[in-house]
Amino acid sequence: MNGISRGDINCIQKNIYNRYSNIRIEKIKGKIFIFLCIVATLLGVISLVTLLVYVFWDATAWLNLEFLTNPPSRFPERAGIYPMLVGSIFLIPMVALYSIPLGVGAAIYLEEYARDSLIKRIIEINIANLAGVPSIVYGLLGLGFFVAALGMIHGTLIVGSLTLALRVLPIVIVSSQEAIASVPISHRFASFALGVRKWHMIRTVVLPEAIPGIMTGTILALASAMGETAPLIMIGAATTIFTAPRGILSSFSALPLQIFAWSDFPHREFQHGVAPATIVVLLLILLAMNGLAIFIRLKFSRKEH
Amino acid sequence: MNNDNIGAMRRDRIDITVHRAEILKDTSIGGIFFFCALLSVLITFGIVIILLKDTAGFFKEVSIIEFFTHTRWSPTIKPVEFGVLPLISGTFIFTFVTSAIALPVGLLTAVFLSEYANERTHSVLKPALEILAGIPTVVYGYFALVYVTPFLRRIVPQISTFNVLSAGIVVAIMIIPTIASISEDAMRAVPKSLREAGLALGVSEFRVTITVVIPAALSGIVSSFILGISRVIGETMAVTIAAGNLSRIVNPFNISDALLNPIQTMTAAMVEIGLSDVSGHSVAYKSLFAVGFTLFIMTFSLNLISQYIKYKFREKYL
Repeated sequence: MNGISRGDINCIQKNIYNRYSNIRIEKIKGKIFIFLCIVATLLGVISLVTLLVYVFWDATAWLNLEFLTNPPSRFPERAGIYPMLVGSIFLIPMVALYSIPLGVGAAIYLEEYARDSLIKRIIEINIANLAGVPSIVYGLLGLGFFVAALGMIHGTLIVGSLTLALRVLPIVIVSSQEAIASVPISHRFASFALGVRKWHMIRTVVLPEAIPGIMTGTILALASAMGETAPLIMIGAATTIFTAPRGILSSFSALPLQIFAWSDFPHREFQHGVAPATIVVLLLILLAMNGLAIFIRLKFSRKEH
Repeated sequence: MNNDNIGAMRRDRIDITVHRAEILKDTSIGGIFFFCALLSVLITFGIVIILLKDTAGFFKEVSIIEFFTHTRWSPTIKPVEFGVLPLISGTFIFTFVTSAIALPVGLLTAVFLSEYANERTHSVLKPALEILAGIPTVVYGYFALVYVTPFLRRIVPQISTFNVLSAGIVVAIMIIPTIASISEDAMRAVPKSLREAGLALGVSEFRVTITVVIPAALSGIVSSFILGISRVIGETMAVTIAAGNLSRIVNPFNISDALLNPIQTMTAAMVEIGLSDVSGHSVAYKSLFAVGFTLFIMTFSLNLISQYIKYKFREKYL
């Protein structure tokens, strides 16, 4: 037998056996790994769903029309969220007014005008970094710039909305950029071929096609502004207020601030009743905004051919 | 030359002037958009200048050595002392606990979404995960204080009402989508041929993931980790509500003390000062900016490093 001994064959057999048992172990390891991945993926979602069930359960007894129309109170059964609800709702159009023109303008520059230059790169890196600056630092910017430097009165709607507008500006820019970039280049060429100038082309071709995408991104950005608390504390917004704001120069409070104030009230009725009810109202507003964004995306999404 | 021709020439001239006006309009509109884009850079400068100005004012009254070496933080209660170390220590331990949960879970989530989930599962899970990041942080803080801590108390009875662990758990849930989605993008960018080459050599699927896909996507994964850590450092409301307001130097090796007792992070300390009625000229007001500047430097440099790693060490495939 050409130099292969009985011992060699035994050895080979053993190796093959080992290899196959390794494959079995390998398969088990693979199964464990997939199992871990699935557990990890579901962990966050399931925890959140559980917590949301608790909150809605705690809130049900407290959610009624009086809760929405009463001012806050020391007595849980009389407490309401009307002034904060009005404050939060006022914030939406004001933040939109400041952040959309600037954000869309910046996005148009970056997508339509800027050449691939150092300036464009610097601006884009800067925007990505701004999106990562903690929101509390934007609160300090608002406090130091609008209040201390420009002399606006702290805790007013105008200061709050300007601060939040700066906070969401990077998100508005990036999502608008994506929407503008998704307009096919051929549409631009078709427009140029008719001899129109750039701004005309942008106004009549790019923007109409990009607007649904821009709106979707902007609504999501506004929803994230609605949930912000720390910047508003920094600019001196009250955590509780008893009258609704009357104009942009009134002091105001917002739903997240009231949740913060009520979350460590000692009475059980606040922690397990009034605070969850406020959270549910806030989450429903956010849900409505997100739903609108998704609706716009689905309704206007281009069919790719 | 007849009158008709002259008329035509005049019309041409008029056309040219209209044309010029349009060019001017076009350029100036471009300029307006450029200004909008420039504003984003100005915001960064604005943040730095505003923070620097009051930080400088702060260091006129409190020495920079006291700020970085003293071990007690008491901005309003006398005797006032401004040692930032307890706050940095609190931020560090909170970041460590949160990352220890969020980074592995986020990575495994990314592996599942990129390697194992079919298109339908993916289209359900991805938006579900996005919701986690969409819940306001104040709500997460409430969850931690009102539901998570009492739940943990059943397992570890000695846990304090305000503690690092429950705040860390909820903030980890909040940042999982950030880590998972950037890591997933990086893993999806790894070409299929690399995986197939591994499989063709008889390597099992999960070993291909560990030895081929993850190393090839490492730059994206590391950058997602750093970005996640930077998010945790800047997290404010959940730690303020659930981790307490007790500034102290935490010994990270005494695990039960570090996990189960209250701390104070830099962000929570800022909220505490922001809530107390401080006038624009007090030292406490100025200390707000000094702490804010420290926080800004930390997060901004982490974000820059994250981007640098993402682009510099990215594997390029043809």
